[in-house]
Amino acid sequence: MRREEKQRNHGMTEMKTRQVEQMTPEFEADVEELISHYPVSKRSASLPLLHHWQNHFGFVDDTGIEWIAAKLDLTPINILELLTFYPWFRREAAGKTIIRVCRTLACAMAGSYDVKEKFCEAVGLDPHVEHHGFGSAPPTTPDGKFSVEFVECLACCGSAPVALIGDDLVENIKPSDVPAIVKNLK
Amino acid sequence: MSALHPTPHPKERRIIFENISKPGYAADIDTYIANGGYESLKKAVTMKPSEIIDAVKAANLRGRGGAGFPCGTKWSFIKYDDGKPHYIVVNGDESEPGTFKDRYILHQDPHQLIEGLAISAFATNTRLAYIYIRCEFPHAAKIVWKAIQEAKARGFIGKNLLGSGFDLDIYVHQGAGAYICGEETALLESLEGKRAYPRIKPPYFPAVLGLYMKPTIVNNVETLCHVKHILRIGAAEYARMGTPGDGGTRTMCVSGDVMRPGIYEFPCGAVTIRELIFDVCGGLKPGRTLKAVIPGGSSAKIMRAGEVYKIKGKGPDGTMVDKDLPMLDVVMDASTLQSVGTMMGSAGVMVLDDSRDMVWALNNLNQFYAHESCGQCTPCREGSLWMSKMTTRMLDGGGRDKDPKTLQDIANNIAGRTICAFGEACSWPTQSFLAKFPEEFEKAARS
Repeated sequence: MRREEKQRNHGMTEMKTRQVEQMTPEFEADVEELISHYPVSKRSASLPLLHHWQNHFGFVDDTGIEWIAAKLDLTPINILELLTFYPWFRREAAGKTIIRVCRTLACAMAGSYDVKEKFCEAVGLDPHVEHHGFGSAPPTTPDGKFSVEFVECLACCGSAPVALIGDDLVENIKPSDVPAIVKNLK
Repeated sequence: MSALHPTPHPKERRIIFENISKPGYAADIDTYIANGGYESLKKAVTMKPSEIIDAVKAANLRGRGGAGFPCGTKWSFIKYDDGKPHYIVVNGDESEPGTFKDRYILHQDPHQLIEGLAISAFATNTRLAYIYIRCEFPHAAKIVWKAIQEAKARGFIGKNLLGSGFDLDIYVHQGAGAYICGEETALLESLEGKRAYPRIKPPYFPAVLGLYMKPTIVNNVETLCHVKHILRIGAAEYARMGTPGDGGTRTMCVSGDVMRPGIYEFPCGAVTIRELIFDVCGGLKPGRTLKAVIPGGSSAKIMRAGEVYKIKGKGPDGTMVDKDLPMLDVVMDASTLQSVGTMMGSAGVMVLDDSRDMVWALNNLNQFYAHESCGQCTPCREGSLWMSKMTTRMLDGGGRDKDPKTLQDIANNIAGRTICAFGEACSWPTQSFLAKFPEEFEKAARS
């Protein structure tokens, strides 16, 4: 039920934000620099522009999809299909700090399920709500400060369990470490 | 971030990891040059391109990404003067569970990669290269991009590099969280700005039709780093370090139930599973016994402790005879692991002790593959999800008598029926866990 509701709200025409109106000249200059890295085909800049947009605005709304498509001489579906394929991208706001706990075997063996639950508890999220992807944001606290999600292998299995918190990797996490880690983020 | 132990084990030989976690070593170009950096590239530009490729062939360097294809042979598929643009794409998507070697190179020694890449570009007449880094390494992307700019400012890459008349531009491209981008043709699609759907084969090699449908080499990060060392120490000596079919050193990543997990580097074929687990990695946790080993990343078929393999070997009179090879005595090299029915893969070694439930472990991997299937081919898209749902149900106490047989059937109907090797990658865990630990699956089916 929850998932169906979410998907309905994701129709391209129902979005309320207009991120494109907040664009700055610096942002556009960075876009031109990124496009210049792909002298053979502008389309190659799709992922870099999506990253750039998401890093700047927090997520990619319909105006972003349309703007990036126009910039690269593509149609919006060429960009939308990337947003719904690549798990990193989202079409709605996530928390200011995203806590991505590794779920895969070595981390799971070292207790990552407990660690993820502790992170949810520490920031005040229900640990049992699943994140379905397809452009939706991971579960996020009402104050917009934190999102917590499981991700697949972060390639740091020797110091499991690990989490990517914002841009920083935290290794060898014990469940008992979690409250202090979260406190330092606040 | 230090999974490398300060004192190398006597069996180790650190070439790729020589500077990783070394006190005082930094990722900047001055540190790299002070440690002998870019000398191999200086040598390379005085050589004929074909001589470089011959050296890489003579060194017996195999790709370190998982498939183990001979690197020099891959390069020789590119015709130097065919009038077409060539590209090199470095696969830094490192996402096979159990594998975490390239992360350290990208973060701590990026110039090692750039030097190897520049040599390979010079050898194959490639003027434009991309380093594809998974976006879960955000710092690595910045570190490598800074290193590229440093190398350009010093004339090691860019226009007329080292006065050779050769130009090379390198850019960083970030992935977006999809495991399938490690498959080389999916990686190319992703780099072209599309969904990462693996391409239909043939052609089997991007050297025929690669990035923008032009001849392209896709190499793993570690593989290109080895090229620098081949020129530095000489192909013959490099080859001598390893086995006849597998030259040089290779890195290994050990995770799971051992006392000292982490990254190690050995001459190819230098250690057995016993030495790796019980000597190098300090053995198992107190009171535990070995249950299983996944030797080459999560896709590699699992090995059960106590198994004895029948392999062909030379007997005392020189004729070929069947030999018994106990699991712990299996040498960690590509040909031995293949002969016992598994693979070296990306050398991500995962160790499981007797506390581990194999249905639980397989379910974890099944969930991974169900999440990561790109969805292009029906057997994989549907089958990986079915397998994941079944093992989850078995764990939750809803096992049915036919489950092991049905799981087996699903896996058998994925492998070999898909566009890319993900079909095998997601079937092999199920097939091998069922074959090696049937009693645990039968028990879960009855619950």
